[in-house]
Amino acid sequence: MAEIVSRVKRDYIASLIQQGKRADGRATDQFREVSVEKDLIKTADGSARVKIGKTHVLVGVKLQKGEPFPDTPDSGVLIVGSELLPMASPTFEVGPPREEAIELARVVDRGIRESESIDLDKLVIKSGEEVWSVFIDIDVLDHDGNLIDASALAAIAALTDVKALKEEGWTLPEFPLKEKPVAVTVVKVNGKLIVDPKLDEEQVMDARLTIVTTEDDSICAMQKGCAGSFQKEEIEQAYVIARGKAAELRKLLG
Amino acid sequence: MDKPEKLMIDGKRLDGRSPEELRPFKIVAGALERADGSAYVEMGNNKVFAAVYGPREMHPRHHALPDQAVLRCRYNMAPFSVDDRKKPGPNRRSIEISKVTREALEPVMFLELYPRSVIDVFVEVLQADAGTRTAGINAASVALADAGIPMKDLVSSVAVGKVEETVVMDLFKEEDQWGTTDMPIAMIPRKKAITLLQMDGHFTEEEFKYALDLASRGCTQIYEAQRQALKEKYTMRKEEE
Repeated sequence: MAEIVSRVKRDYIASLIQQGKRADGRATDQFREVSVEKDLIKTADGSARVKIGKTHVLVGVKLQKGEPFPDTPDSGVLIVGSELLPMASPTFEVGPPREEAIELARVVDRGIRESESIDLDKLVIKSGEEVWSVFIDIDVLDHDGNLIDASALAAIAALTDVKALKEEGWTLPEFPLKEKPVAVTVVKVNGKLIVDPKLDEEQVMDARLTIVTTEDDSICAMQKGCAGSFQKEEIEQAYVIARGKAAELRKLLG
Repeated sequence: MDKPEKLMIDGKRLDGRSPEELRPFKIVAGALERADGSAYVEMGNNKVFAAVYGPREMHPRHHALPDQAVLRCRYNMAPFSVDDRKKPGPNRRSIEISKVTREALEPVMFLELYPRSVIDVFVEVLQADAGTRTAGINAASVALADAGIPMKDLVSSVAVGKVEETVVMDLFKEEDQWGTTDMPIAMIPRKKAITLLQMDGHFTEEEFKYALDLASRGCTQIYEAQRQALKEKYTMRKEEE
């Protein structure tokens, strides 16, 4: 079920953005207030809450021993899951994850995996037999737009919260986190690019492009979404915006 | 987790409480932004959100009732809320808890006011430490009131049980796991009406009567905090001059 936006509101949001303004007074390249809190859940090995405006996401990381995949006997396992809880929006429904939730988890996964953020080779207890599995679970509690950026930031914040690993005869003094990838989604409305869309802005967007960058400003993952399209120049512009915003957000990780 | 040698030492419990003491708890009304009503509850180490949507149109439509609203509850645990990661999605336990949660709340609702509609109650457990269903009911009850849905009263809930021959209030994880008896109860405190009662373990008649009495005392304390949480949110404060 989609949320319905009136024509009047749609035109209002779109025409403001056309003039380089936004309904809540932000600049086109300005995030809402972002907060990051860590170490909230005792039952998790690492946890973090990210709020971007009224969007509210909680991520828990659990480490569990298990078998490695047969094709990577000398690597730990990374699994990202997400639930768009029905409490987060009147349009989210109960049931197995649908395409939106699956895309969200997969984009977060890709950013972490492709940046080699976690040194999975260090999570092997016994080659081919026993490794640590890193489960990153995203709970979306309030949805007011930009879930990808909020979830990706919460995921990496929760990873920085993971403590040392201990297992009989085997310890890892520090969780092997090498890189902090940050996702920034740039949205196109009426031919203009903005960051951190609120829900009502997402409802009028033509297209979105999520760019995940690492600490050296290189790109490790991207995902384009929605029915619209981007010109090559727009994508280059989006990258410049994303890299700048990512550096700002990364500072909040502490 | 290994079984501790003793669950009671010199009349005190492992977390230092006396047998008739509740864990520290916290109740906040209106803890989420998008829901029509919401609440956040901590009972000891339990951390629980509840959100209410509705009354709204029922989907799928054939689940609607012609003469009253349907109260639909969903109890869910976050995968990271327990020691061994919980596989996402419902299981037999969560489906049963969803059902008893609904039945604990239904007696205070005026469902006949909203025919053909649904009132959705979502309970999300972020951190579990025994007594999540009671924490969920406490949160859901405040969330329903926060949504402005007419109710006869709030519902308050606590578990009582028995560890090593002592009847105790508000079990925590070790007591739930290694104790003899667990009995979650929900009640309408002003009417002393019990709307949830489950029990597993063993009680003598005397113990059972005492346990009921203890639960009633616990619910009254929680009830006061639930009312306080709603007052915090809805009392008009005069601007200081």
